Amino acid sequence: MAQLTCENVILGYEKTAVTGCINLSLNKGDYLCIIGDNGSGKSTLMKGILGLRKPMEGKITFGDDLKQNEIGYMPQQTIVQKDFPASVEEIVISGCLSRSGLRPFFTKQDKMLADEMLAKMEILDLKKRSYRELSGGQQQRVLLARALCATQKMLLLDEPVAGLDPETTEEFYELVKRLNREEQVTILMVSHDLHAVSKYASHVLNLVKDPVFFVTKEEYLKLNQKGEEVSDGTV
Amino acid sequence: MELFDKLVYYLSYPLVQYALVVGVLIALCSSLLGVTLVLKRLSFIGDGLSHVAFGAMAFAVVLNFSNQMLLILPVTVLVAILLLCTGKNTKIKGDAAIAMLSVGALALGYLVLNIFPEMVKSGNVAGDVCSTLFGSASLLTLSSKDVWLCIGLSVFVIGVFVFFYHKLFAITFDEDFAAATGVKVQAYNILLATVIAVVIVLAMKLVGSLLISALIIFPTMSAMRVFKSFKNVIVCSACISVVCALTGMLVSILFSTPVGATVVAADMVAFGIFALIGALKG
Repeated sequence: MAQLTCENVILGYEKTAVTGCINLSLNKGDYLCIIGDNGSGKSTLMKGILGLRKPMEGKITFGDDLKQNEIGYMPQQTIVQKDFPASVEEIVISGCLSRSGLRPFFTKQDKMLADEMLAKMEILDLKKRSYRELSGGQQQRVLLARALCATQKMLLLDEPVAGLDPETTEEFYELVKRLNREEQVTILMVSHDLHAVSKYASHVLNLVKDPVFFVTKEEYLKLNQKGEEVSDGTV
Repeated sequence: MELFDKLVYYLSYPLVQYALVVGVLIALCSSLLGVTLVLKRLSFIGDGLSHVAFGAMAFAVVLNFSNQMLLILPVTVLVAILLLCTGKNTKIKGDAAIAMLSVGALALGYLVLNIFPEMVKSGNVAGDVCSTLFGSASLLTLSSKDVWLCIGLSVFVIGVFVFFYHKLFAITFDEDFAAATGVKVQAYNILLATVIAVVIVLAMKLVGSLLISALIIFPTMSAMRVFKSFKNVIVCSACISVVCALTGMLVSILFSTPVGATVVAADMVAFGIFALIGALKG
């Protein structure tokens, strides 16, 4: 059974549709890249999947033992976070909140999980450092570790490499790839980076309007090739 | 030694003791909230809400309420919830909404007080307005009932803060992520708004509505110069705030300066010291 299914989903703000009609279905271990221009509703779709925004039409369903609050989310960084006084440890462990209910403190297991995720992101040595003093790449790893504390089933990454230099970007992609291949974490990533699509994705959702399409990477690359040939022909 | 004797003499009065207890508690509560507010870019909500509270007080005076709190508290809580919970997608953005409400409430309050001057008990509109805006000696006229009310509310605020500490951290740092992992962000925002309103209505007694922002902002900003984790910033800002409030009140008693302004001056000195330490530490 599919982990995530969207059937004829349309999302928008205050009665104005932002996205086209979206149909997709993802299984455990898939790696979906969501591409589209600014304003094509990539972040809105993320919020829809997270349940922060109700779809105007259609249905988003979860299966294969995945619940809506078991999605790890890595949002784009906000201005507020840039100079936020918090240690790496404090931020990463806040990912465990979904499991703590009304309990006002974190358990030993939570702390061990946070350490484990820090180690997995290779930033255990930064544990006591202040978030605002870290480099862009390190900050992204912290946010990824936090998302992993929330879940290890599905990750939503909203333009995770925005503002990173090429080398750090590549490192980050490799890290995500390892999670995907070795631990079967389903990945949904918003990205402008077509290079990443061809290298890492298993599926592609193109949100550029009319028509929105959801295909496997191979089909997407074939489509793209055709497009290039056509444009080559006109030159 | 003369000053010391004078101090001991004053401190033997229960009224002065009450004032110190209430002052310290208010300073503590507002500094706790301050960290969250400053980091959420809502520094001015204290200013805005205190003007709303002033407006509500003016109406309570004119409408001849026997217990003004019955009007002030609900109105302030309501406005706080409106400001904090409407989110980012409203037509009027957060800072503009705060500014509009703040100035509007201040003007309206002053207007009704001047239209119905006969309702002001002291018969001195200007004096009354001045003392609500800048705080007053009314801190020295607290009854033991006021003190117990204040202690009760402070315990409530501190309790909320300790119990929901990790949730407050999560919604301050990243509301979207918190919501995505199933934290009831809206409910916590309403709780936070209520607590803020309560603290502001309390703090009006101490420093008056114009200077409340100072109690909220200065300790946090001072602590952020030096400390780098959320927990340390909160603990430090609470300590700074309590020390400054005590110092300010004692100085104002000894040299008969205005309480509110003296406390704020103490906070400013503390900020200067911490900024210097921060700069030296690099």
